[in-house]
Amino acid sequence: MYTDKVMDHFTNPRNVGELDNANGIGEVGNAKCGDIMRIYLDVQDNIIKDIKFKTFGCGAAIATSSMVTEMVKGKSIDEALKITNKAVAEALGGLPPAKMHCSNLAADALHKAIEDYKNNNS
Amino acid sequence: MRRVYMDHSATTPVRPEVAQVVTKYFTETFGNASSVHAFGREARKGVETAREQIANLIKAKPEEIFFTSGGTEADNMAIIGTALANKDKGKHIITTQIEHHAVLDTCKYLEKQGFEVTYLPVDAEAMLDMETLKKAIRKDTILITIMHVNNEVGTILPIKEIGAIAKENNILFHVDAVQSFGKLPIDVNQMNIDMLSASGHKIYAPKGIGCLFLRKGTKLSPIMFGGAQERKRRPGTENVPGIVGFGLAAELAGKEMEEENKRLTKLRDKLIDGILEKIPESQLNGHRTQRLPGNVNVSLRYIEGESLLLMLDLKGIAASSGSACTSGSLDPSHVLMAMGICHEIAHGSLRLTLGKINTEEDIDYVLEVLPEIVEKLREMSPLYNSIKLERREECSKCTLTK
Ligand SMILES: Cc1ncc(COP(=O)(O)O)c(C=O)c1O
Ligand code: FES
Repeated sequence: MYTDKVMDHFTNPRNVGELDNANGIGEVGNAKCGDIMRIYLDVQDNIIKDIKFKTFGCGAAIATSSMVTEMVKGKSIDEALKITNKAVAEALGGLPPAKMHCSNLAADALHKAIEDYKNNNS
Repeated sequence: MRRVYMDHSATTPVRPEVAQVVTKYFTETFGNASSVHAFGREARKGVETAREQIANLIKAKPEEIFFTSGGTEADNMAIIGTALANKDKGKHIITTQIEHHAVLDTCKYLEKQGFEVTYLPVDAEAMLDMETLKKAIRKDTILITIMHVNNEVGTILPIKEIGAIAKENNILFHVDAVQSFGKLPIDVNQMNIDMLSASGHKIYAPKGIGCLFLRKGTKLSPIMFGGAQERKRRPGTENVPGIVGFGLAAELAGKEMEEENKRLTKLRDKLIDGILEKIPESQLNGHRTQRLPGNVNVSLRYIEGESLLLMLDLKGIAASSGSACTSGSLDPSHVLMAMGICHEIAHGSLRLTLGKINTEEDIDYVLEVLPEIVEKLREMSPLYNSIKLERREECSKCTLTK
């Protein structure tokens, strides 16, 4: 039911873990199925120098977390803010219809972490 | 890679003896059991032998067995048929919150048709209290429908006691025995059962065959129309190969039950003890002893069931989970919810159901692989902080816990 790309990110997730020196943290819970995702950012001069995630959820939730961290690492926060849930799902070669809501977690957590960074540094 | 199938409550492989006779009835003895000629008569003979084999297993009479397309159809037939046949007597039905959807959704349908249904709660081990049942009985109660063994957590419900209460109150009693038929001793007379649903594919027979036991003299309105087969209660050309295979599988299950249960209980207990010992913060779901011999259901905190199933699958292990992420409905298992288990713990549930093809080596393999997988997923989980050994307190406060 999952694409090879999803399974690749699920079995070898990129950027799992926490950042001790994070200057932006975002956590979202999907109220619907009760899953939770947390993203840690290390932003320097508006560039995402490092990013890590922790996720409690299904295969799609873990794969989208991994994918979103890969998509924005090294990018500016303005570019990162443009990443949509749809773009994450597309980068994974699509998700089963029943799992589209899981991709909401990833982009939302990222945007929340950026917001947190901005609040910390304003 | 080693492949370990531990999802026998979902379905079982057809056993070779059964596959052989089924093939024969597909290709050689293929007649329509209603035909007058020799081909038809041979097919008829196969059907009637199977009816006896099934009846013997539950101490019923052959003429009380009606073949259906499976457990779901038998449940529908019994519940809707009883409701329609008795609607002048009353409109109240009693069931439990932990039934299979074949029963729950049928009851919900009847509620829309004007019937009233009481869904009895269960305790933390999915056990039903007899006083709760007695209190739910009303003057207009026409049917009690309760499962024998819960398909998710394996708890064995006290069917004999329920049957006695139903009889005392003159209420018809239907048992969904899909998970116990051929696995636990059943005596429809001793247990005062009026109707019982069973299914072939849980006992090494093909999918798409099952039966309803209907006690002689019990009124039931048909829900299908069209022919005289199964004495008009279930019209339609019989699935002769399926029926013959189901009959043989039932007979063999009866013969092997005692020994196989001893073997499965030993394997089950080894697996349960091993998981609880090797994996911190794991818990058993369901009753420790009043439990189907082959059922293991545990919750592994801080991780989610679907990702666990995917990881196990990559290691060749087939299992299932009550997590919302596997249900397609965004809600965790209704059974675990009814037991008062909170969302987070229900999400991390894992069901391993053992059967004929499992060996002690399979158990050892799972006990070797599972802890590593759990560790890997916990490393990824924001709920599990292995560095600081902090534990989230949500679950002690969780409003969902009874
Ligand atoms: C308790 C219970 N009832 C009914 C059914 C449905 O049986 P079938 O698959 O034969 O329709 C199942 C099967 O999963 C079950 O476990
Ligand atoms: S996280 Fe629950 S379905 Fe994907």
